[in-house]
Amino acid sequence: MIDFGFGLARSSAVELDKVDLSLYKELERLEPGIRKCIACGSCSATCTAGPWSGMSVRKLILNLQRGKDVSGMLSACMLCGKCSIVCPRGINTRQLILSLCRIYDNK
Amino acid sequence: MDNKKILIIGGGPAGLEAARQLLRLGWEPVIVEKTEQIGGHLSRWYKLFPDMMPASELLEQLTAGLEGAKVYLKTRVAYMNRLKDGYSIMLSNGTGIQCRAVLIASGFSLFDASKKEEYGYGVYDRVITNADLEAWFAGASDSRIPEHPRRIAFVHCVGSRDLKAGNSQCSKVCCMTAIKQAIEMKERFPDSGIWCFYMDLRLFGKKYEDFYINAQKDYGVHFVRGRVSEVSEAIDGSLVVKAEDTLAGTPVKLNADLLVLMAGMLCNADTATLARMVRSEVDSDGFLRSRDNIYRINESRRPGVFYAGACTGTKTIPETMAEARAAALDIHNYLCGND
Repeated sequence: MIDFGFGLARSSAVELDKVDLSLYKELERLEPGIRKCIACGSCSATCTAGPWSGMSVRKLILNLQRGKDVSGMLSACMLCGKCSIVCPRGINTRQLILSLCRIYDNK
Repeated sequence: MDNKKILIIGGGPAGLEAARQLLRLGWEPVIVEKTEQIGGHLSRWYKLFPDMMPASELLEQLTAGLEGAKVYLKTRVAYMNRLKDGYSIMLSNGTGIQCRAVLIASGFSLFDASKKEEYGYGVYDRVITNADLEAWFAGASDSRIPEHPRRIAFVHCVGSRDLKAGNSQCSKVCCMTAIKQAIEMKERFPDSGIWCFYMDLRLFGKKYEDFYINAQKDYGVHFVRGRVSEVSEAIDGSLVVKAEDTLAGTPVKLNADLLVLMAGMLCNADTATLARMVRSEVDSDGFLRSRDNIYRINESRRPGVFYAGACTGTKTIPETMAEARAAALDIHNYLCGND
């Protein structure tokens, strides 16, 4: 292969029908409430750790739905549970984070 | 003029319900319907949200109380002259009618989805509209719908909230229709994946939000916030749907075997002609202009000319029913001099 000194940029497009949803499905089985997320962002707005660490439950759920790894975000969570208090759809987000930690631990 | 006739233009839900009420108040409604059957869009619909009532059931109820009303099918109003205390009307079938009140219940037209060329309606084999899907639910055959669709995508706001398409208004019912149809498809094809591409979800009505939660919770319908930008056909006939996932800030692609376009409601092409005929006015959105949009929606600015239903703007069926009854009462009071 000739090295031209440049390559093709990788597309940032997410192919919805091809993403690996195994992690999301596993979490969905433990925490079916995750399906009810409407991405309103209340959880992220109230998050004490969010502004300094990038922790965001909204992004966490969305990234899982798009087949992305979210392990980096989890360590920033202090499990204070404020996100659970504000969720208008009644998703137990604190429990959801704990369950996700458990899934990652078992891997 | 002492006859009891009232001309109703349009034999859809608004016209039928108004006629039913006017009959009960002792008047003689004359319905003029341009197509070959009464019922309007309702006659081509399968089930109605939020209780999944069969559209045919509502139509039966609307037509049950119509004995005594004169109905002219495949007929239009040819011309209308203002008399001292009413109107003299000539229909396209040669019938002449004199009456003191006219109710316009001419409804709406569905947006022609082929105008949004980027979605490929009428070009690609697997692109249909909400109306096509309802017809298929009701039993019509449609070769565009695969036997076992694996992935189905719904596109909200096709021809609605679209200045370039000439319709700035929200059609109100399509968000809810998309969710209803997504659930109906999931019930028929439990193994399929369903994605709804939306700009905003406008679920204002009774039980609409519950439908949305159920679609997510019980049916696993995926909602992607972002307007579909273009659709292309893959070599195997499936569709490549492209959109921006505006919540993630990344472009997304979906390979789907069926695309359903939620065609919106717009004013009829002949609204301006109709308005001129009764010397009424057209509003900025192309629909007929009510005296005001809060208290006198059923009234035009002309004496004896009333409105009901989607001829004055996008409406749900419950709203249309309420307006039809209100218009019937307004007409009754007008004719009895109860002002």
